[in-house]
Amino acid sequence: MKICIPSSGPEPGDLIDDRFGRAPYFIIHDTNNEKTESHRNDAAGGAGGVGPKAAQFLIRLGVDMVVTGRVGGNALEALKAGGIKVYLYEGRGPVREALKAALSGGLKEQ
Amino acid sequence: MIRLAVVSGKGGTGKTVVTGGIAHCCTRSMVLVDCDVDASNLELILSPHIIDRWDFYGMDVAIIDPDVCSSCGICSGVCRFGAIATNGEVFSVRTSKCEGCRVCKLTCPAGAITMQPRVCGEIFYSGTRYGNLVHARLAPGASNSGLLVAEVKKTAFKRNPDCDLMLIDGPPGTGCPLISTVSGTDVVIAVTEPSRSGLHDLERLVRVCRTLRAGIYAVINKWDLNPDISDMIRQYCRREEIPVVGTIPYDECVMAAVRNGQPVTMSGSPAAQAIHAIWDDISMRLW
Amino acid sequence: MKIVVASGKGGTGKSMVAGNLAFALSSGTPVTLVDCDVEEPDLHLFFPEGPCANTPVHIKVPHINPDVCTLCGECGDFCAFGALLVGKDRVLFFPEQCHSCGGCMIACPAGAIEEADMPVGTITVSHPEKNLTLVTGTLNEGAIQSVAVIRAAKMMAGNTGWIIYDASPGTSCPVVETLEGTEFCILVTESTPFGLHDLALALDVTMQMGIPSGVVINRSDGRDEKAQQFCREHKIPVLATIPFDRRIAEVQGSGTLIARIDPSWKDRFSALAKDCLALWEGS
Repeated sequence: MKICIPSSGPEPGDLIDDRFGRAPYFIIHDTNNEKTESHRNDAAGGAGGVGPKAAQFLIRLGVDMVVTGRVGGNALEALKAGGIKVYLYEGRGPVREALKAALSGGLKEQ
Repeated sequence: MIRLAVVSGKGGTGKTVVTGGIAHCCTRSMVLVDCDVDASNLELILSPHIIDRWDFYGMDVAIIDPDVCSSCGICSGVCRFGAIATNGEVFSVRTSKCEGCRVCKLTCPAGAITMQPRVCGEIFYSGTRYGNLVHARLAPGASNSGLLVAEVKKTAFKRNPDCDLMLIDGPPGTGCPLISTVSGTDVVIAVTEPSRSGLHDLERLVRVCRTLRAGIYAVINKWDLNPDISDMIRQYCRREEIPVVGTIPYDECVMAAVRNGQPVTMSGSPAAQAIHAIWDDISMRLW
Repeated sequence: MKIVVASGKGGTGKSMVAGNLAFALSSGTPVTLVDCDVEEPDLHLFFPEGPCANTPVHIKVPHINPDVCTLCGECGDFCAFGALLVGKDRVLFFPEQCHSCGGCMIACPAGAIEEADMPVGTITVSHPEKNLTLVTGTLNEGAIQSVAVIRAAKMMAGNTGWIIYDASPGTSCPVVETLEGTEFCILVTESTPFGLHDLALALDVTMQMGIPSGVVINRSDGRDEKAQQFCREHKIPVLATIPFDRRIAEVQGSGTLIARIDPSWKDRFSALAKDCLALWEGS
């Protein structure tokens, strides 16, 4: 399973960015091989449609689950259309912490 | 970080004067953003010194290679923006009208069209005595103002992520630049004035901001120029459950301060006192 | 003659100048007044309410036939504006992002996309005075297609007689659309650093488009030296100076035209129109 966390930077130690579409990076952890990679979110600077654009990007990467604080209506709809589950995380710490919370299974699905 | 935008719907109601006043009153760490990229005025009262500047690229635009073009005219038939100019033989792109959709490139049988980046303006990163300021200048007549607004906001956040406040001077209107300004902000201050147009425009603005899920406070500027309409605005705000966080009287000191390139709150004039009180009220609500 | 009233800065008095100019002209000749400030159209507030005709403005948007769509992803890849998203079992369309370019329909290899009309605004036509037609473009709230609504309003206003267009503030695409195909531009400014700064930006646009212009200094407090000097340096005529006067502010604020209640102002606005005509003919 691939878990994606919107991040302010490319490293798991960087802070999460709680605005899904406008986050500069996505950090993706694959539970099958325990690998973590980061991708730049090229949609982040757009004037509009950033949520759906970011969602399309994640769909293509085969992401199964997004853990985030704030996600707009369009982006949520887009993620769901791509079969991606969205989990709410309200913490403001590093990506690593959010990932831990997601793996522990304690987060609520949106 | 709290993102606060000063907006108005109608132009010229005093957004920039209020923004400059807040910048001066606020004691928390802040980054300032001028999102009125068509006509940015905040720099005129904050005397910024430019630290850094760079070109802003809008959407890529089409360009036709005349050596490859077979003059078939298909591009001018498919372009919905009137961006292909021709005298019947030579075809070229009117860059100012091109929206970057790439339909001409998709349909050109000769492969004569490429997309190229275009400079649409300039972004400035400056220091002021109140905090860093990101401002911009859109090239005259250029499109992509919504994109530029998103870019200046992003720059402000990226370079100052730890500030308590992002204070945004917004554009007039309710279209693309306004929507781009308000999306992702927590709270807006709607500055209105007591005229029928002021009220009418406030109503439209409020409906648009509501769809963007921002909290709304109202300020009535120059309220004493028409106390009756000011009352109507208060009643409207009550009905809509929008807190009127203050009213500012008409005050010649405001223009005097602007002429001196200073926030009006540096004086002790009636308008200055009103803006101080407004900021006290808002900061109590925010923190 | 086609005159645009514009300004870089908002709230300098564009609507005041456009409304009074059209009203003054209409006593002698047919005039069409076009409100191109479609994000915040206010000119109708200055005229008596009466019967009006509304025409919706549509743009073309894609309509995807799910029975034909193969979910190949071509449309989503093509769309430069992020308006289409290809999911696992359906294509989502986000109309507020769509620029109506028609590209997705061409890009779709399965022929699954047709176009449907989506409303983005309204054009309202009324005849509030003898000899005066008011055409108002109104952008739907939350829509971003200002340019489409302006284009439709201008089309509705036609090409004959005196046409006065009230532009939106700023210097970007809505202003360019308003100016396109017109003959003269009145730039309204105020005697403040903000007004002057934004006048320079607006003048850049009219010069770039090759449209001759003149300046009206509004709400003057008598300290216009810098504005006057700017106009001299750029060789643009100052057509009129309107003093700051609480009475004018009150009249304007309550939705009345100063030219309607004061004949001397009506004469001044008629003279302004004649000056524009003379400048255009001489240009």
